[in-house]
Amino acid sequence: MNIRDLIQTANANLLRSKIRTALTIISIFVGALTISLTVGITSGISSYINSQLGNVGAENVLLVQPAVDQSISSGPEEYKEDEATATVNSPFMMPMVTTDDIQKIKSQANIAKVTPVIYPSIEYVQYVDNSKYVISASSFIDGTNIDLVAGQIPNNDSQELQIVLPEDYIETLGLGNAQESIGKILSITVRNTASSQSQTIDATVTGVQAKSLLTSGGASGNTALLEALNNAEKDGLPDNLKNSYIAVATQLTNADEETIESTKTALGELGYSAQTVQDQIGIINQIINAITAVLLFFGAIALLAASFGIINTLYMSVQERTKEIGLMKAMGMSKGRVFILFSIEAILIGFWGSLTGILASIGIGKIANNIASNGFLKDFTGFDLTSFPLTSLLPIMLVIMFIAFLAGTLPSRKAAKQDAIEALKYE
Amino acid sequence: MSAIKTTNLTKTYGKKDTLFTALDNVSIDIQNGEKVAIIGKSGSGKSTLMHIVALLDSPTSGDIEINGKNIADYSTKQIDQLRNDEFGFVFQQFFLNANNSVLDNVTLPLKIAGIKPKSRNQRGLEALRAVGLEDKAKNKANDLSGGQKQRVVIARALINNPKIIFADEPTGNLDSNTGQKIEELLFKLNKEQGITLIVVTHDEDLAKKFDRRINIKDGKITNTTKGAK
Repeated sequence: MNIRDLIQTANANLLRSKIRTALTIISIFVGALTISLTVGITSGISSYINSQLGNVGAENVLLVQPAVDQSISSGPEEYKEDEATATVNSPFMMPMVTTDDIQKIKSQANIAKVTPVIYPSIEYVQYVDNSKYVISASSFIDGTNIDLVAGQIPNNDSQELQIVLPEDYIETLGLGNAQESIGKILSITVRNTASSQSQTIDATVTGVQAKSLLTSGGASGNTALLEALNNAEKDGLPDNLKNSYIAVATQLTNADEETIESTKTALGELGYSAQTVQDQIGIINQIINAITAVLLFFGAIALLAASFGIINTLYMSVQERTKEIGLMKAMGMSKGRVFILFSIEAILIGFWGSLTGILASIGIGKIANNIASNGFLKDFTGFDLTSFPLTSLLPIMLVIMFIAFLAGTLPSRKAAKQDAIEALKYE
Repeated sequence: MSAIKTTNLTKTYGKKDTLFTALDNVSIDIQNGEKVAIIGKSGSGKSTLMHIVALLDSPTSGDIEINGKNIADYSTKQIDQLRNDEFGFVFQQFFLNANNSVLDNVTLPLKIAGIKPKSRNQRGLEALRAVGLEDKAKNKANDLSGGQKQRVVIARALINNPKIIFADEPTGNLDSNTGQKIEELLFKLNKEQGITLIVVTHDEDLAKKFDRRINIKDGKITNTTKGAK
């Protein structure tokens, strides 16, 4: 029998008991649907995150802070004079980057510029005489892309005190719409740590930032603004506290993988942890991957159950067709061909189950995308909840067909081993 | 020249206490174009003998030569090939696939041989013409009468232009009138196409019409008679 006849014969055999075949296919369908939907959602979210990561930019910037030993220690740690981790001298009980540290970091190879990242403790912000609001702000890191709705990104070289606000702050703060808010003056009040006196600094709104899943939601300001806020907050404190920062943004001379990795290692040996912006956001990917693994596990269990369905269906089929198998063998059909014939039946069950499962998951995905993009994902432009690239669907199909084949080997072997005479005698 | 020659064929089932000898030192020599009846009662070993010479079963000991070649030298694949190329089978119980068309049933051996649909359907129609059932080609096998079914089976046995046709009680399930037509058909093929005919039967009347009758009892050949009566 040639392959075309084998496939046709196998297909005709499956159609002989339509309901039984359909039920077996449904069990594969359920497994395929689960797996394909999981992959679809993962791929949708990942592709959004990756596109966002691409937008973040600043590939050559490492955020450097003293490494924190997060292991649960047994007993107190030994004091080491030169290690960065030893300088815990901040009110946050977190090791801070001091001027000494900055010097050390600067002395490393491949480093172009080190800028402190300042997170001022803003007491409140106010536009003219509107209500006061609490916001968070941090330093704008050069090279970072901000998805702007209006205006421009902060200019770190400018002496003007500039701030870029998230889109959803604008109306609340009473700044009108995004376009109208540009150029308006926002008063930022910080409290001095030494004197407890509040001081107000006026910043110009230069831009409005679109909402994104990955941005922290805070405002970003240029160096001039952040230094002004830092001075206002820490004036009067001793120098070592005044000039200490949670992290510094370290610009590298080069953005290639090798430079980044070698610098990370070098800084790591000095006791600092260095991460690119991509590294930090990439943690979300890890969480998603963990959830995916769990869902895939469920899908795999469904497929395992379905495999037993295939085994059962084909065993029944072999039993029913004992005489037919005997006849074909008497007429010179080889063991191998009989095995292939039944294996193809198993693979066809896998094929139809996975194909319908995948098509259904694409359908469900499309509907979910529609609902999501009009609902809870409305503000996240370009975020499709699910996406089904062919490169991930094809392997799913192939794997399921392979599993079906494996399940089919037991009954197929039984059919192949059947003795022509015994089979013909079988009543 | 011998179509089939066996030397000291023995077939036993079971071991020690339950040992059962189905065939005991059977030697036969069937010539090309001969028509031979193997007769015996139920359980005499006649079917076992046919199964072994048709290479569907293997003997416990003894040799089989087909066309002068010892099949002990053949691989399983070559034996499958030989059955597909040179043998035709007619069974008492027909063994037709009830839901397939008559033509599909007839062309099954060619399908197994890997012959393309167009050519095998053409040959299928020729074989059906030879048994006078060309007009039933598209019917389902189940819709035919017993005699028609057996003619389809003969068409199926004929389709690969076999050298030997093995028939196990070919008229056993048919009334005497229809049975006679099947006999005539088989003898015609033997005469006109020179196909060697080996028939297993317990029917003395049928056996009488053969060139040679091999009587089997308890796995042994009791006597061989020659010449149609």
